[in-house]
Amino acid sequence: MSQLNSKHLLGIKDLTREEIELIFDTADNFKDVINRPIKKVPSLRDVTIANVFFENSTRTRLSFELAEKRLSADVINFSSSSSSVKKGETLLDTVNNILAMKVDMIVMRHGSPGAPHFLAKHIDANIVNAGDGTHEHPTQALLDTFSIREKFGSLDGKKVVIVGDILHSRVALSNIFALKKLGAEVMVCGPITLLPKHIESLGVKVELDVKKALEWCDIANVLRIQLERQQIKYFPSLREYSLYYGINKQLLDSIDKEITIMHPGPINRGVELNSDVADSENSIILDQVENGVAVRMAVLYLLAGKRNNLQ
Amino acid sequence: MLTNLVMQKRLLLDPKRLQITIDRLCHQLIENHQDFSESVILGMQPRGIYLAERIVARLKEIIGNDIPLGYLDTTFYRDDFRRRDQPLKPNETKVPFIIENKKVILIDDVLYTGRSVRAALDAMIAFGRPHKVEFLVLIDRLYTREIPVEANYIGKKVNTLQSQKVLVELSEQGSEEDNIWLMNIEQ
Repeated sequence: MSQLNSKHLLGIKDLTREEIELIFDTADNFKDVINRPIKKVPSLRDVTIANVFFENSTRTRLSFELAEKRLSADVINFSSSSSSVKKGETLLDTVNNILAMKVDMIVMRHGSPGAPHFLAKHIDANIVNAGDGTHEHPTQALLDTFSIREKFGSLDGKKVVIVGDILHSRVALSNIFALKKLGAEVMVCGPITLLPKHIESLGVKVELDVKKALEWCDIANVLRIQLERQQIKYFPSLREYSLYYGINKQLLDSIDKEITIMHPGPINRGVELNSDVADSENSIILDQVENGVAVRMAVLYLLAGKRNNLQ
Repeated sequence: MLTNLVMQKRLLLDPKRLQITIDRLCHQLIENHQDFSESVILGMQPRGIYLAERIVARLKEIIGNDIPLGYLDTTFYRDDFRRRDQPLKPNETKVPFIIENKKVILIDDVLYTGRSVRAALDAMIAFGRPHKVEFLVLIDRLYTREIPVEANYIGKKVNTLQSQKVLVELSEQGSEEDNIWLMNIEQ
């Protein structure tokens, strides 16, 4: 197989294992490209991409923009805070106006789950979901699993625990789908108030005690507490959360094995992760960021490469 | 009867002739590059790399030097991206040396439209500015060029139709013996 089944990347749920592996194999080549003296290839020189961000983002937006530029695409950026969305324009109108300027692909982050799926039904351009509310963040899961594959060779049989705010995390859901499809075992760990009901129906283990979770796993993917999505109090205080669920060197030293630490960023140092862990040798957090560009290049390349895009 | 015609294939080079041709190409290279101290060889992915490996091995037998060998993949530099039914799968690029100011010998198995070489020139320039670039090809399909490029070293020139293709079977690619065929494209 040398192409994706869909012209959009909306979520990991719709991808097959073969498609994910195709993205990885392609990303291997792009990782080589971005480590050359000239980090740019001309593949997407006739493609225009709009990055449409209705929610804040640093890493994802920069990473997409770099990926696009290294593929020689033309890039325009849009963020809702400085746009006519504030004047009452609908999502579909906003996007159709962007497309009227001859844009071929839309990379969108939106606060509402399903927003990119809605767009995919109504417009012709390729759509890449860069995070939709608490639903999915497919490219983050791809770069996370790509980073694990890079370190361990394969994900088959690897034990991965996702720690933290699972309830509000699109990274968690996309990661669960990706990890399961690639043959890893998955556990989620966090305060019971931050674990979605019936999460075990996705085929994941549930653990409330972070020490037991760490003893079980090979890799810990630590998530940020998303205070901006929490309308009610899910735990008494950040200090208490940190005491019970924060990962520090002392905790890791008390466990007799090496655990690889991941974090999708941004890190709240001292809350979910201490600096002595985040900056340690076992952390692959910055590898994740580097791989993010290569993986996004692969996704854009594969989506843009379909013949039916060219009229 | 008709099926037989469609399946017809003609032998262009047998193992013995291929060996003679490779030997000749090597000696032509030596004429121009002497001890290869300022020269590097780039095999074009996916199929040019086997011929490149063979030429490097044979050159070592003749002159005793190890000549730097790299693999160049042109997938991301092709001009038919978004114009094919599906994107091509990229192959590994491995250029473990500096090509700045070197004499680069690009090697591919078949020269047809010339578009791959054009992409290869673009891909190569991402690694620096060579002093000089030459192109070596085993089979040159005459009168089929869509881009004005020609090879400096040619194994064999062949008259072909558009409905034909050149099949290069080398033992490194899993064939029993080395044979180069001209055959009709199956409909």
